[in-house]
Amino acid sequence: MMFEPILLKRATLPRSETMDVYLANGGYQALAKALRQHSPAELIDMVKKSALRGRGGAGFPAGLKWGFMPTANVPKYVCVNTDEGEPGTFKDRELIEKDPHQIIEGAIIAAYAVGANRAFVYIRGEFFLGIKRWIKAIAEAYERGYLGKNILGSGFSIDLTVHRGAGAYICGEETAMIESLEGRRGEPRLKPPYPAQAGYLHQPTLVHNVETLANVPPIVLNGPEWYAAIGTPRSTGPKLFCISGHVFRRGVYELPLGVPLKEIIYEYGGGVPGGKKVKAVIPGGASTPVLTGDQLDVAMDFESLAAAGSALGTGAIIVMDEDTSMVDVARRTARFFAHESCGRCTPCRVGSVRVLQALEKLCAGEGTPGDVGRLHSLLTGIAGQTFCPMGDALVSGVRPILTRFADEFERAAKGNAAVAA
Amino acid sequence: MSVGVFAGQDPAKRAMVLTALYVAQEQYGYLSAEAIQRVAQRLGMAAGEVYETATFYSMYREEPVGRYVIQVCEGLSCHLADGAERLIGYLQDKLGIAPGETTADGLFSLQAVQCLAACGSSPAMRVNDTLYENLTFDRVDMILDELRRGR
Repeated sequence: MMFEPILLKRATLPRSETMDVYLANGGYQALAKALRQHSPAELIDMVKKSALRGRGGAGFPAGLKWGFMPTANVPKYVCVNTDEGEPGTFKDRELIEKDPHQIIEGAIIAAYAVGANRAFVYIRGEFFLGIKRWIKAIAEAYERGYLGKNILGSGFSIDLTVHRGAGAYICGEETAMIESLEGRRGEPRLKPPYPAQAGYLHQPTLVHNVETLANVPPIVLNGPEWYAAIGTPRSTGPKLFCISGHVFRRGVYELPLGVPLKEIIYEYGGGVPGGKKVKAVIPGGASTPVLTGDQLDVAMDFESLAAAGSALGTGAIIVMDEDTSMVDVARRTARFFAHESCGRCTPCRVGSVRVLQALEKLCAGEGTPGDVGRLHSLLTGIAGQTFCPMGDALVSGVRPILTRFADEFERAAKGNAAVAA
Repeated sequence: MSVGVFAGQDPAKRAMVLTALYVAQEQYGYLSAEAIQRVAQRLGMAAGEVYETATFYSMYREEPVGRYVIQVCEGLSCHLADGAERLIGYLQDKLGIAPGETTADGLFSLQAVQCLAACGSSPAMRVNDTLYENLTFDRVDMILDELRRGR
């Protein structure tokens, strides 16, 4: 399939991260159009009609989120979630390093639509280059009058500052991110209230993933009908897919939602080295349920993946060939969540470590009968029992590996699954 | 960059604590009791509040580390690319230390981490602020030599 990139169309140009290149390639025209030709209500309507859904993992309709923001004249905030950390995911990094201005433009339009005058970029602490690119781009936008007071003579003012995280996966969860923005431990808040009601400093706050905001300028510029025609009727628009693991050409590919998984693996990823068969694919990052090698015909959109018993997540595809130990894959998945559990509630803090220990025992070739049953029992004790979605993310990542590759775990429980540490 | 530069730029003063902790860590090498105390004074917070926040985040260090901190990802994607473990093993041999340790001369610390957002370009390692991707052992040797010379 040939697809003319929308989000990455400038990414291959020299100095693509600069204001000059952005302006020379259609940059900030959507903002001018939004401010001069549209009311905030019209913009919200436009995003609703585009059917844009969040690209950070949950897939919540963006227009609805905008609509939840109160119209009352109170301090409101917009947060650009740049805390990318889901294993297998490296798309937001690509966007901020190569084209930060399209995200700034999207954030300004969003802020205008919901009546916020203050916006934050919350960026993963390890993104050293991304932080530099953000700071430079924001300074350029202030210089040219796209940020600051009375932008483009519209009477609308907006400030944008960068806030650097410090190493905590959980801060990608919106309420944990807000806690961290306020200078606290990044422990999630109980919802409701949702950030649209009480977010940063308990004021209405709109939180969006980087890729979600990058979609906003093209929607405003070309119209929601144009946008909704890309992808499938319910999963609209382009998506950045990250492909890693056992493929020839790992990387980020922009394709319309609904593209078959097989096509991404074989046409874009170049297939599996050594002509090996695909044994398993994680389609949307470590917390999405694993697919088996006979499910490669699935279309990569929200509905088709849900029907296949998985989820689109962040669009991070991890391919595993026929020689991969799925017990080891489960162990590595559990290790990530055990490491990143924030420790606030017991099922996640203790449960994730117990799951990891059980999987390490199996991997070490020390499995004993009953181990698999104990693993299932531990996972049941975590599912739905935790304060935030982190516990469920562990379960939805690990449990399907256990059930869909049960024979490997049964063998391991007989002490036959030694894999390299 | 001093802590004072940032104060007042945010609606909530406490919101500056993460930034202030970075500045303090840069100045003191790690977050010593003195560093925590200083951040607390500047932001009008109790030292306990600053400490409570700092200990949540993995990028703040409570103990001194080597001049160059080398981090290698041991996550799933990096492992599948058949690079992560081999790279960690190679660095272990070259430096004579295990992950979590620092060389006797205080030059290098080695750490195994969970994700560097380099799943598409592993083997990858980060040395302080710099990310190196698509590594070969030859290139690792070159990088280590350069760091040693830059002493």
